[in-house]
Amino acid sequence: MTQTDFVKLVLPFKDKIYRLAKRLLVSNEEAEDATQEILIKLWNNKKKIEDYRNVEAFSMTMTKNLCLDRLKSKQAQNLKIVHSNYEDHNISLQKQVELNDSLNWVSKIMEELPEQQKIIVQLRDVEDYEFDEIAKVLEMNETAVRVALSRARKTIREKLTNKHNYGIR
Amino acid sequence: MALDNIEQLLEKYDNAETTLAEEAKIRAYFSRENVPAHLESYKLLFQYVKHTKQEQFTKDVPLQPKRTKMYQWISVAAIAVLMVGGYFQVHQMNQKTTLDDLSHEQLMAYNQTIEVFSLVSSKFNKGTDNLEALSLVSSKLNEGAENLSYIKEFNKATNKIIKSE
Repeated sequence: MTQTDFVKLVLPFKDKIYRLAKRLLVSNEEAEDATQEILIKLWNNKKKIEDYRNVEAFSMTMTKNLCLDRLKSKQAQNLKIVHSNYEDHNISLQKQVELNDSLNWVSKIMEELPEQQKIIVQLRDVEDYEFDEIAKVLEMNETAVRVALSRARKTIREKLTNKHNYGIR
Repeated sequence: MALDNIEQLLEKYDNAETTLAEEAKIRAYFSRENVPAHLESYKLLFQYVKHTKQEQFTKDVPLQPKRTKMYQWISVAAIAVLMVGGYFQVHQMNQKTTLDDLSHEQLMAYNQTIEVFSLVSSKFNKGTDNLEALSLVSSKLNEGAENLSYIKEFNKATNKIIKSE
């Protein structure tokens, strides 16, 4: 497999890897590092990749495992991944500021979810995965995925409604 | 889309029972400007989702083609072959073959060669015998030459006598 073939293969889902990594690791830099690592791993094993039917699902599983490992090792060191990407949403229009704020709420609420629910919400709501695909990535059954997703969605909405109603930040 | 319809969909959404197509419908609904106040929280959520979808991975990934390790080992293999070859060469040179090691045909050939060599050497010796006669002749010749010097002396003496006359 040449470099161009590889790039063609990876191009459709490299952003998905990045977004999933960012969902879990929060920080832009950490997510970039993780994505880079995943892509290099894929490149180094490019001979084996050709045999896989679904490279995307495989890569997503890899990403999930890598990010969870990272989080675990960071916790063991008693360090937290600190993100400095506060100016992430660079919509410069004045009237977008309020919306921008609310978007930050949502992302903060998302951060509070357990890891597994984060992954499921990310894959379903952002990446539009089917339930069986999510189940494959997470190595669990579909019903469990549905239950976790439902729980996550309810939590998000509850918290969001509270914040919206009381205006508490 | 009717409001009760969207509320039904949202309930299904909360229970994670919607299909992807239905979720797309919901998203389309909430991308509109004005939504009822009690659904405002959903709107935020979907705006957030729409926003995150646009994030992209922009960092470059250094992809180095892996060098095949085979070529590196070829030189090692070549050296090994050379060493083994050299070893056998030296080994063979040090090995002495005795008559017992030879096969029947080789032995015959050896014997014939030896015979031929001894024949040649006997003929050589005969030749040298004949040469001895030659050397005898040459010694006699030398003796003759010495006698000639007497004749020279004699000649001188006669010349003197002839001059004095």
